[in-house]
Amino acid sequence: MHNLTLTETLAALQRGDFSSRELTQALLQRIEHYNPQLNALITVTAAQALAAAEQADQQRASGNAGPLAGLPIVHKDIFCTDAVRTSAGSKMLDNFIPPYDATVVERLHKAGAISLGKANMDEFAMGSSNESSFYGAAQNPWARHCVPGGSSGGSAAAVAARLVAGATATDTGGSIRQPAALCGITGLKPSYGRISRWGMIAYASSLDQAGPMARSAEDCALLLREMAGHDPKDSTCAEREVPDYCAELSQRSDLTGIKIGVPSQYFGSGLNEQVAVAVRDALAVYESLGAKLVEIELPNSALAIPAYYVIAPAEASANLARFDGVRYGYRCDNPQDLEDLYRRSRSEGFGDEVKRRIMIGSYALSAGYYDAYYRKAQQVRQLIKQDYDAAFAQVDVIAGPTTPNPAWAIGEKSSDPVSMYLEDIYTIATNLAGLPGISLPCGFAQNMPVGLQLTGRHFDESTLLQVAHHYQRNSDWHQRGPEEFCQ
Amino acid sequence: MSNWETVIGLEVHVQLATHSKIFSASSTAFGAEANSQANAIDLAMPGTLPVLNRAAVEYAVMFGLAIDAEIGMTSVFERKNYFYPDLPKGYQTTQLDKPIVGPGRVEIELADGSKKSIRIHHAHLEEDAGKSLHEDFHGMSGIDLNRAGTPLIEIVSEPDMRSAEEAVAFARKLHSIVTSIGICDGKMAQGSMRFDVNISVRPRGSDTLGTRTETKNLNSFKFMHEAIALEVERQIDLLEEGGRVVQETRLYNGDSKVARSMRSKEEANDYRYFPCPDLLPVVLSEETLARLRSALPELPDARIARLAEQFSLSGYDAAQIGGDRATSDYFERVAASADAKLAANWINGELSAQLNSAELTIEQSPIAAEQLAALLQRISDNTLSSKMAREVFNALWQGERDVDAIIDQRGLRQVSDSGALSAMVAAVLADNSAMVADYLGTPAEKRKKKLGGFMGKIMQASKGQANPQQVNQILLEQLQALEG
Repeated sequence: MHNLTLTETLAALQRGDFSSRELTQALLQRIEHYNPQLNALITVTAAQALAAAEQADQQRASGNAGPLAGLPIVHKDIFCTDAVRTSAGSKMLDNFIPPYDATVVERLHKAGAISLGKANMDEFAMGSSNESSFYGAAQNPWARHCVPGGSSGGSAAAVAARLVAGATATDTGGSIRQPAALCGITGLKPSYGRISRWGMIAYASSLDQAGPMARSAEDCALLLREMAGHDPKDSTCAEREVPDYCAELSQRSDLTGIKIGVPSQYFGSGLNEQVAVAVRDALAVYESLGAKLVEIELPNSALAIPAYYVIAPAEASANLARFDGVRYGYRCDNPQDLEDLYRRSRSEGFGDEVKRRIMIGSYALSAGYYDAYYRKAQQVRQLIKQDYDAAFAQVDVIAGPTTPNPAWAIGEKSSDPVSMYLEDIYTIATNLAGLPGISLPCGFAQNMPVGLQLTGRHFDESTLLQVAHHYQRNSDWHQRGPEEFCQ
Repeated sequence: MSNWETVIGLEVHVQLATHSKIFSASSTAFGAEANSQANAIDLAMPGTLPVLNRAAVEYAVMFGLAIDAEIGMTSVFERKNYFYPDLPKGYQTTQLDKPIVGPGRVEIELADGSKKSIRIHHAHLEEDAGKSLHEDFHGMSGIDLNRAGTPLIEIVSEPDMRSAEEAVAFARKLHSIVTSIGICDGKMAQGSMRFDVNISVRPRGSDTLGTRTETKNLNSFKFMHEAIALEVERQIDLLEEGGRVVQETRLYNGDSKVARSMRSKEEANDYRYFPCPDLLPVVLSEETLARLRSALPELPDARIARLAEQFSLSGYDAAQIGGDRATSDYFERVAASADAKLAANWINGELSAQLNSAELTIEQSPIAAEQLAALLQRISDNTLSSKMAREVFNALWQGERDVDAIIDQRGLRQVSDSGALSAMVAAVLADNSAMVADYLGTPAEKRKKKLGGFMGKIMQASKGQANPQQVNQILLEQLQALEG
């Protein structure tokens, strides 16, 4: 059962091959067995999951099952879940139990999906390895000593290890696509504004975007269809119709006429050679499917990381100000006065990476530095958008590696934040431009999975998913899993 | 005349009278149990997001239209970052570079009757903070977030005022405008309008500004006047003794009449403003502007002019009544069925005095406009003397409803039947022949004083119900007849 994709599982549930309760029970047993070491999940909600599974079975029996009825998933622990602890991977929120569901959680619940628990993540989504989690790093199922990537490392590890076939995640600078690449699964970051951010704990509000992680583009389409759409509770959530992504997947019989842009900047120095080979092989597959490869330029892409590390921390410095020990979350023992309460609650409640980014952001916004940093970064952001506009005048999607390297060993880069930041070099520009991006497995480097990144036009997730789906119909990388977890 | 010139600019916080908060659906009603009007957004729970209240935007635009200001067709919310327990998000959502209301002007009238134009630099939308409660918590502080997120406009004037009187006139005029257009309830004691006053002094004739101080959070015109007078005196004394004014924020205590320094410029926060990524820029359409402009209620200056014209009121009466929307609404309801001049006298006199001493607004008046009109009708038709009218007024104030019933039950009807009055006067003269002889023996030019004695006895005989003007007339006639 655990090797089935979401789409296959739904068909099996519909046929009555097994019940949702049986499936849920089996997956909970796997979680119980594997999770203590894998550390993909912070919280497991077994009792609620089983009760919900039984309800889903009844609904299916009585013919009023929702589109995802009985389908187990996990939520990244950044999404607030009513009455279930939501930590954002931080000591600060280790005791926080929200009285509301995030819109993403509510929509998937209404569609019938069953939450088995909350996935591990870098603290407040700040990190590329899951190592900044207060709950410790999740492991990469392909090699337990390696990082699963981040910040949605727990979601990626859970899907790769077949603890569950789908998960929610968020992506601010690559936090869906990078762990998807490192764990050999498929992860979609939709356009900014496609999915409501209500109830999703903010890191950098102008960049944060929720999305699905699963084992195929087809499965991502299935989850996206339920997650997407306008929400009056989020002013930045677009009032646009949501296409039937699943139905549109098979609209094309081949990729004739599709132009794929290949930016020279994504194949320069710093790219692991085996990764480059796997990505070039994938591009060759596309050519064989009728797509045309077009060399393009994204001249300002080198500026994406510096701009991101001004804008994201600046927004974070304000977004995280609410964690002050006054109303909820961690409060230090015996505060002497107000200043002591703030100082110690925040010093003790936040980890190093979070503190580092709050300080960077506060500095970038401070009097006398705003123009040199924040304003300049916003100007760079405009330039990056213009690069993409120019590129998409010529091509339908842009392709390249998701990351420069495959997964590295836990601890290898934790004392060198900048080398870790550089792992997001290909993903960050997409967030700055608000565009949709997807990472899909396209081979291996040093025996670890490699991700192919496709970037699409604003709000054109449909084309992106179609192009990804065609590749997966003509390759089997996405069907491979870590041996230990596939038996 | 002092050698120093005072320069004053105001920052005025006006709570907008929307039902719900600027970024959440919580109620803004005043006086509820602490924290009963604070939802997850107001508490800044993780993952919550603001959604802008359209009514707050429209109210701000209405203010801009009322002062003939430039309207910011695209305005932007920013985050003003600082830590304080009654600021749940750790930042205040406000506007900075692109406010919703740009430069405008407000005309005030000075004591000598001349007019002066005060320039408005801009007005911006923002959210109010909660309240910190420092009593009743045994060395700790309590936080009430009911007020957190209440919509405000902050109106920033240019430093155009030259005295406490001008500043207060400006503040009163703003109060009159915002209550007239219905965007603020104007309840100063509840904090609906709060004033920060920037004060500096300079040698008369100088055209550079002196160092200013800011006295924050004044919530009555009286305290504002006192605080300015005190601060001006302090600054002049300092400068004349060779000292210098330090730029600082000050607090004035209206009870103890003492001001103190709160923080100096050096201790001021770096607020690290940046555009709020959770809110889109507010873009106004010409249609919205046109709709709000055509629906804008009558402004105070226009209303004062109209009242003076339509009801032939004196300038003083028109200004007293027309300056306040509720008062003029009340006046117009009374004047619809009673004499306008009489209505103005009673509203500005007896009613206003009673309301003041009971600390009530005219909207809370126990006497409805229709009741006052009924009372005034009975004065105009000579049923009531002014003394009896006051008695009826008091009965209405105490809660009785029907003017004619009060008159009948208490026998307050004025006797104006000349036959009955003549008989009454004749009887009193017959019973008091000594007084009559005395009167007739007094030289004509001194007789006037003697009339009081007769009047007293006649009014006594009529139990106060005789129409005094008529009695006076009849008395003179009869005395003249006796003289033969």
